[in-house]
Amino acid sequence: MLLIHCPYCGVERPEIEFRYGGEAHIARPAEPSKLSDEEWAEFLYMRTNPRGLMAERWRHVHGCGRFFNAIRDTVSDRFLKVYKAGEKRPDMKKLAAEAAQ
Amino acid sequence: MKQPQRIASGGRIDRAAPLSFTFDGETYQGFKGDTLASALLANDIHLVGRSFKYHRPRGILTAGSEEPNALVGLRRDEGQNTPNLRATQIELYSGLDAVSQNRFPSLSFDIGAVNDLLSPLFAAGFYYKTFMWPQSFWNKVYEPFIRAAAGLGNAPRDADRDRYANTYAHCDVLVIGSGPAGLAAATAAAESGARVILCDEQREMGGSLLHENDPSVAISSEPAGQWVEKTLADLAANDRVTLLPRTTAFGYFAQNFVALAERVTDHLADPDPRLPRERLWQVRAKQVVIATGAIERPMVFPENDRPGIMMAEAGRIYLNRYGAKVGSRVVIATACDTAYHAAIDLKQAGIEVDLVADLRPDPQGAAIDAAKAAGIRVEPAMVVTGTQGRKRVSKALLGRVRPDGSVVSAGSIACDCLLMSGGWTPNVSLYSQSRGKVVFDEASGAFVPGPSVQAERSAGSCRGINGLAAVIEDGFEAGEVAAKAAIGKGKRPEAPEVSGGEAGSGGTLGALPHDRDAARVRAFVDFQNDVTAKDVKLAVREGFQSIEHIKRYTTTGMATDQGRLSNMNALSIASTALDRTIPDVGLTTFRQPYTPVTFGTLATTSRGDLFDPVRQTPIHGWAEEQGAAFEDVGLWKRAWYFPKPGEGMHEAVARECATVRETVGLFDASTLGKIEVVGPDAAEFLNRIYTNPWLKLGVGKLRYGLMLNEAGFIMDDGVVGRIAEDRFHVTTTTGGAPRVLAHMEDYLQTEWPDLDVWLTSTTEQWAVIAVQGPKAREAIAPLVEGIDLAPEAMPHMSMQTGTICGVPTRLFRVSFTGELGFEINVPASKGREVWEAVWERVKALEGCAYGTETMHVLRAEKGYIIVGQETDGTVTPDDVGMDWAIGKKKADFVGMRSLARPDIVVSGRKQLVGLLTDNPSVVLEEGAQVTQEARPALKTSALGHVTSSYHSPALGRSIALALVADGRAKTGSTLYVPMPDGPIAVEVVSPVFYDPQGARLDV
Repeated sequence: MLLIHCPYCGVERPEIEFRYGGEAHIARPAEPSKLSDEEWAEFLYMRTNPRGLMAERWRHVHGCGRFFNAIRDTVSDRFLKVYKAGEKRPDMKKLAAEAAQ
Repeated sequence: MKQPQRIASGGRIDRAAPLSFTFDGETYQGFKGDTLASALLANDIHLVGRSFKYHRPRGILTAGSEEPNALVGLRRDEGQNTPNLRATQIELYSGLDAVSQNRFPSLSFDIGAVNDLLSPLFAAGFYYKTFMWPQSFWNKVYEPFIRAAAGLGNAPRDADRDRYANTYAHCDVLVIGSGPAGLAAATAAAESGARVILCDEQREMGGSLLHENDPSVAISSEPAGQWVEKTLADLAANDRVTLLPRTTAFGYFAQNFVALAERVTDHLADPDPRLPRERLWQVRAKQVVIATGAIERPMVFPENDRPGIMMAEAGRIYLNRYGAKVGSRVVIATACDTAYHAAIDLKQAGIEVDLVADLRPDPQGAAIDAAKAAGIRVEPAMVVTGTQGRKRVSKALLGRVRPDGSVVSAGSIACDCLLMSGGWTPNVSLYSQSRGKVVFDEASGAFVPGPSVQAERSAGSCRGINGLAAVIEDGFEAGEVAAKAAIGKGKRPEAPEVSGGEAGSGGTLGALPHDRDAARVRAFVDFQNDVTAKDVKLAVREGFQSIEHIKRYTTTGMATDQGRLSNMNALSIASTALDRTIPDVGLTTFRQPYTPVTFGTLATTSRGDLFDPVRQTPIHGWAEEQGAAFEDVGLWKRAWYFPKPGEGMHEAVARECATVRETVGLFDASTLGKIEVVGPDAAEFLNRIYTNPWLKLGVGKLRYGLMLNEAGFIMDDGVVGRIAEDRFHVTTTTGGAPRVLAHMEDYLQTEWPDLDVWLTSTTEQWAVIAVQGPKAREAIAPLVEGIDLAPEAMPHMSMQTGTICGVPTRLFRVSFTGELGFEINVPASKGREVWEAVWERVKALEGCAYGTETMHVLRAEKGYIIVGQETDGTVTPDDVGMDWAIGKKKADFVGMRSLARPDIVVSGRKQLVGLLTDNPSVVLEEGAQVTQEARPALKTSALGHVTSSYHSPALGRSIALALVADGRAKTGSTLYVPMPDGPIAVEVVSPVFYDPQGARLDV
């Protein structure tokens, strides 16, 4: 079972307190009706599914209830960083380099 | 009773405590401290089981949890037996009742042994090749046959009556294995001040030191056993240390989460009933030290599987630790030095050790010299080329290995026990489970742990360190480093003076050379799964290249020890056949669990009533007292129907339906999800979340809300009331409440954080009492205060606040039955009190209480959908005829853009319709397919399926709702529902069967 650090509570808690929320940094378009079918399909369904570092959403559903973002390595299952919703995506290359050390 | 192979003194058994036990119905004697295996050996019993595939007689091979052969069933009483336990791990207790497995009618005479004669038929891939054709035979002939023939022990007949416990634990350093390395690591970590858990799968801690009788071995000038005792006493006296014997670390998961299974009562004849049978420990360790030792490797020579053929170190363990002689005339086959210690110990115990046949051309060293000095015949360059003896080995065939590798016969030698040692395999299972990648050490010919992936380190012989002094030193260092990493300080105790126990050398991998007809002999690699060297070679010949594929094709390494005994030999044979190096071919991955774990231990207390939490409404007790039948809806218990004496479900539901339509019915709707949506932007928020318009909904009005996901599919629905300008009372489906709240929170937190809205779950704060039927108003009128129930003051889809029976209420005028209806929301704590008051009124009006089944029938008569029944995550509002619920002037809401997707606006989508069977008494099956033709040709797609189907008391006939392609355009036409006993003709009709104008609502 993974341990996940909640950036709002400031504590590390077991995975069962959290719920996965899919890929992060996919903002809902401000005016969906102005999007073409292809653009809307892209927003709805297309995800990067990377092998390696991935920015993803988690919710501390059985804790503070807040959504936050995390960078997780999909190969090793290791969390490299957690940050609050609304904060910018960290420098993934830098994180990968740090993790490789 | 005598134990013929028990030595007069010595060993760690308690000779003052004799115990009786039975094996296959015969009674034997052993001592406290014995394992079942050691007690059987003391009684000169080697034949303990039959092999899996060929039913060959098999004996005890090892003294540890890697035992592949000696699997027995233990019976506590009729109906309660545990199959497939390893005799080497079963602690003897008085009255223990063990039975051998995989034989019929008896262990000695087994009909299945005919498989052994037919063995040429049962080569690798036998099942895949044999049971292919004809295809139709698979279900009826082959699979039942294989299922009957396969498997070892029998599953218990009754449900498990034992209790299992669970505990969570945290520690600085978890040490797995209590041999010399583990004891040293635990000592170092504990002396550093770390909180330590030390676990070991065996009854006693000490590992190999428990059978180290060599007088030249001393640790801190003490014999090995005394050092163990003193070290354990020190650890036990330290309150930061938890010692867990009889505890197997079976699973190493992410972030040093390690699962341990502690056997609490299995070793007791008469356990305290308050104790659990096993306890699951879920340990989160800052650092882990793996000290799981090494496992001796069998030698792969022809007929190496007869009873009486054992691992050399096991022979030594049974003698020194348990005082049991494994034979009277012993031959030892080896390729490494450690077997010589066995030879010397057995010889000193008075056992004839007639020969040590060493594969190596010129074995040298202290151990060999000592054996020779003890008068033991040592033959270099000699191999065992076969054995004889049906139920016990009686003779070993010998061969001389010539310098060119060929073998010439060197006669044979009589024996009743053949000990073998092919060298030692570091036990890397848990390291592998921690997702570390093993690396091949050319010098020792073994895979050892590579870099750590988690906060762990291996210590001692599980990482290829040999020699007692080096192992203890390595353990101390691992414990010190682990403590330092965990708590910031480490202390390595002065390494004790260790004499003796020098590292030996030697070892062999793979099939040994022999002078026999290769086509006719079988040399076993995996004993439990009956995989031979030939099978592995055959797999390679048939084109398997990857070791993972070879493993699955031959089943080698798939036994309960996961190949800890067999993998290296199988790998070596495969690499020779593939003409690739061992590291190039690579080792298969070890997975959880390390050894089999009972389901009870994994389930712990999550069974029966405790499997899931149970949710009950405030009115539950009342319904119980009325004799209601209940159904599970998610975690909720809901009153299903209220049968009167003599009524079945059908009669009760018919009566309840009729009563609601004629007078009034009372229904517990408390399970509805409820969310309080509050804030200046509450209306705007709902406007974006629901399809309906909300901004202009007046205070005191209700509206049916339809919720889509972003893909445009219906995800929930419910009635929403506007309590105040900035406050809404939202209801959801019973099962959807958490999902809807999460969905709302998601959008509120991450897409529209600018909106000033608060969401609070109030599902359990409100009791909801639905009063439905023409006399609903009459029923509640005398009970309410401050509420004007007159139709003009309180029309359909409106709400008022006031009191009922003196309790504050939000009274909704709303209907899910098509009748005049109210839903009384009161605080949960007052739910039953108000319910009972309303019930008195309902009773006086000759009404009834009704359950969920009647609720379903009444709503289906009205064509009201249930999300999750009429919808399945692919259904849009238009599909179910609910375009009216979409706010046409809205610029956006969740899912709106998707309603214009090409696949959503295309024609031919499935639409909600009603179905009436030609025969009014036939009730369709929910889920049944709907087709155009009565007898459609094979591979014709169905038009849709039945979603709801009931007998309708109001219509006096059956009704059904269905999703049918282009259904609305098919109104009036005849379709078919094909069933096993013939097609059922149905007419497509409107989904609203009863009161289509809604006149009954508006009264």
